[in-house]
Amino acid sequence: MQIYLPIAEVSVNAFLLLGLGGLVGVLSGMFGVGGGFLMTPLLFFIGIPPAVAVATEANQIVASSFSGVLAHLRRKTVDLRMGTVLLIGGLVGAALGVVVFNYLKSLGQVDLLVKLCYVVFLGVVGGMMFNESLRAIRNTRRGVPVRRRKHGWVHGLPFKIRFRTSGLYISIIPPLFVGVSVGILAAIMGVGGGFVMVPAMIYLLGMPTKVVVGTSLFQIIFVTAFTTMLHATTNYTVDVALAVLLLVGGVIGAQFGTTIGTRMKAEQLRILLAIMVLVVCGKLAFDLLVQPSELYSLSTGEDH
Amino acid sequence: MLWRLSLVFALVGSPLCAEEEVVLGLSSDRVAITATFEGSDILIFGAVKREAAIPETPLDVVITVAGPSLPVTVRRKSREFGIWINTDMVDLDSAPSFYAVATTGPLNEVLSDTEDLRHRVSITRAIRSVGAASMVEDSGAFIDALIRIKRDQDAYQMREGAVAIDQQTLFRTAISMPANLTEGTYETRIFLAREGQVVSQYQTEIDVRKVGLERFLFTLSREQPTLYGLMSLAIAIAAGWGASAVFQLLRRG
Repeated sequence: MQIYLPIAEVSVNAFLLLGLGGLVGVLSGMFGVGGGFLMTPLLFFIGIPPAVAVATEANQIVASSFSGVLAHLRRKTVDLRMGTVLLIGGLVGAALGVVVFNYLKSLGQVDLLVKLCYVVFLGVVGGMMFNESLRAIRNTRRGVPVRRRKHGWVHGLPFKIRFRTSGLYISIIPPLFVGVSVGILAAIMGVGGGFVMVPAMIYLLGMPTKVVVGTSLFQIIFVTAFTTMLHATTNYTVDVALAVLLLVGGVIGAQFGTTIGTRMKAEQLRILLAIMVLVVCGKLAFDLLVQPSELYSLSTGEDH
Repeated sequence: MLWRLSLVFALVGSPLCAEEEVVLGLSSDRVAITATFEGSDILIFGAVKREAAIPETPLDVVITVAGPSLPVTVRRKSREFGIWINTDMVDLDSAPSFYAVATTGPLNEVLSDTEDLRHRVSITRAIRSVGAASMVEDSGAFIDALIRIKRDQDAYQMREGAVAIDQQTLFRTAISMPANLTEGTYETRIFLAREGQVVSQYQTEIDVRKVGLERFLFTLSREQPTLYGLMSLAIAIAAGWGASAVFQLLRRG
């Protein structure tokens, strides 16, 4: 069934969009990532104009994250206090990120920088997680007890706060720092930042993987809602018809994803996320390195 | 002298005597873009009205349909430091979002180059690229790329021989518009030509508009962006909550 999208001005298959939404929704619920880094390239691929894809994707993530958070709230796996601290940092970071983005834009080649940013970050984050979780899985097989480093330099900083759900008593500075950095990245790369946030929470803050997913989703809701409003009012690029098709699939997928996620072991969850991040990274690197079949690209007046 | 003068009159007068006019019909002069719009076929048909007898030379018909024109930027990638990045770009003043040419025969035989240039009939001529040559050396390659990409999307169509003509009087063709249409006024031109020269020209418009829900959403997003944004968010939150509630019920049941 073909549907004509009012803002994107293209006609697309409704079932294809429902399916894509569902697939990304499952991943979102499982890993606590918004899925923007996966969905946005997919939307480009089926012919949605990039500006519309990025803006609408933000709107869809609001829905799937909200659906996921509710499921996590019932299981009490959302650290609201940590989420709020990260969110405050995230909004500050996003505001900074917009400034950085405009500066890069004035230099030209912003597209390339975004892509390189993706490849480097996805590669580093994915590689580190893959290594760590592989070691963790091997250790559990051998029967070596899982050791979590309880006291790093992170724990020596002042302004300590108790994060009960995460079982942490740490300084407020590292979470704020993580929030700001992810916010900057999110604004530059046009994504919610879950795929950077999740590993940072696990490895830098030492939060338990189960709590990380729900908490990450919680803060993604606000960041993407903010982004949606920004795009809707400045670029008029949010396509609500496209969003509805994606989010119907997305919210259902997120529920399934959450169920799958809670039944899996933490290190299995981490290694799957790592593999997914590495695959996307590989695809982007491939596009940069291999000669494209069409060297030319078009953009109409309004885009630039 | 008198004989010569009459010859001049005859030469000047002959096209006037054989004046031919187009009487046109369209299967519809408006295209409504609804939510389930899958493209549209428009039948363009008509007759040639003439006072005098049918001239000896064969009549050709050229029909063009052009969507609204917009400035277009064409970028080209090349390899720098081992990776493929956009290096060159050309800004074209305007290129039609949709352009179809249908003729009774090969365009270069039906219309002379001069007439093509004068009336901007062929696809290349319909694109305006005044400043393009100053931006890169091979601006022609960029225009070719634009035409190639648009043709692959069915947005540019060159259909030579697609106009059927009977008794030098009745002609008809069908223009198929793809689903990815831009809103606006689609200018439709019909040229009658003999021996490469345009003998008559007729112009009309096809109105392409979003209707119903499509119209409502588009207008809302432009005129009330804040409300539109909040509505989008409300839908997202409601859907997220709805799915969660339904799943909880299913699990309990």
